[in-house]
Amino acid sequence: MAEIENLFSKTQHARDAQCQAEGLACRRGAALVFEDVFFHLTSGQALCVRGANGSGKSSLLRQLAGLLPLAAGALTRPNPHKHTHYLGHADGLKAALSIGETLAYEAALAGQGADHAADLTARLGLAGRDWQYVGDLSAGQKRRLTLARLLLDPRPLWLLDEPMTALDEDGRALVGALAKAHLASGGMIIAASHEPLGFANAELVLGAQI
Amino acid sequence: MTTQRRIFAAICRQHIRLSWRNGQTVLAVSFLFIAITLLPFGLGPELKLLRALAPGLLWVVLAISLLTSLERLFQADYEDGALDRLLLVPLSFEAVVLAKLLGHYVALVLPLIAAVPLAGLLLNIEAARLPILVAAMLCGAPALVMAGGIGAALAVSVRRGGLLTVLIAMPFYVPVLIFGAAAARAGLQGGVDVAVDVGAYLGVLAALSAASLLLAPFAIAAALRAALR
Repeated sequence: MAEIENLFSKTQHARDAQCQAEGLACRRGAALVFEDVFFHLTSGQALCVRGANGSGKSSLLRQLAGLLPLAAGALTRPNPHKHTHYLGHADGLKAALSIGETLAYEAALAGQGADHAADLTARLGLAGRDWQYVGDLSAGQKRRLTLARLLLDPRPLWLLDEPMTALDEDGRALVGALAKAHLASGGMIIAASHEPLGFANAELVLGAQI
Repeated sequence: MTTQRRIFAAICRQHIRLSWRNGQTVLAVSFLFIAITLLPFGLGPELKLLRALAPGLLWVVLAISLLTSLERLFQADYEDGALDRLLLVPLSFEAVVLAKLLGHYVALVLPLIAAVPLAGLLLNIEAARLPILVAAMLCGAPALVMAGGIGAALAVSVRRGGLLTVLIAMPFYVPVLIFGAAAARAGLQGGVDVAVDVGAYLGVLAALSAASLLLAPFAIAAALRAALR
């Protein structure tokens, strides 16, 4: 874990980066999912979004990633195309590719050569499995593979939807260590989760006021 | 700039690799051969008849083979979340769409067109006429891919949306088939004015492709964005 903690030591995100929501509302079809959501996050802070099933946690993250339109309110946020990572329920991994090919592809999407992906398997706890097809991996192993995106491209805002799902004890510790290193380097995290995260220092509960 | 080029190339290469590995390329080419093999059974084994019909039949079978491959053009990416991922790369979504369409052209259309001469021989086509037919297909096929892409994007959120894709794309195929078959016919007739005719038809096909290349990525990107909401 020590190497994870040093991972982002060279990265320093802007200290004035912020993510702010003012009176955010979300509509899915005719139903109003949530309204009047306010929060203000600055460099180095993490927010944990909680709420019952259907309270709009995932929708809020998708709005922050620019994938869903706002029904009302205003949003100040880093550019989704350059400065935001979004890890949702659907992982976008391809069963027909090997781990090595997937990592090379992710490296290219991050604008880097395949050599950057070379030592990632060890960091993610997938050492020696470069040749294995993603379709043969377990849910937890796939989850670990998606974490490669966070490592390949240093973006200040991380949006994590249920980041602990399917991960074992070791995997959860890995996510925790990554998140702490990211926050220490001035990043921001907004995570939707039912479980304790261990790194969040603020909570937003959706659906509580209704 | 180099970063954007690298991302574009990676998306294109990914699409080609997945088309080969998921067997879509082999399936489409096999479909073309099977359809061409079946035709003489329906039309009768008359060599003259087959020779006269061959260019038109090859065009129609190429278009249908292409249509069958289009259903999955964006649907797999839509369902597994890869489109979400591609919306967040530092590249305009229109360029992402173009990269995938280019990948589709290389992975599927080029193998299909490469198979056309062999399939043409099964229909007793004159070998000397094949170059014009293949040239017409190379010029016209981008328009077919773009039109099919619009259909695939509009039907992306519909499960088993293959037929819907076909219904949306079919009308756009009409001009390409008209001019494509005309070019092949002109090429088959021989004569003084033929070279001029063929050149004009190929020009129209190329123009159709160029126009669709310019417009379709915007339409497809808009349709996919709307579907992801």
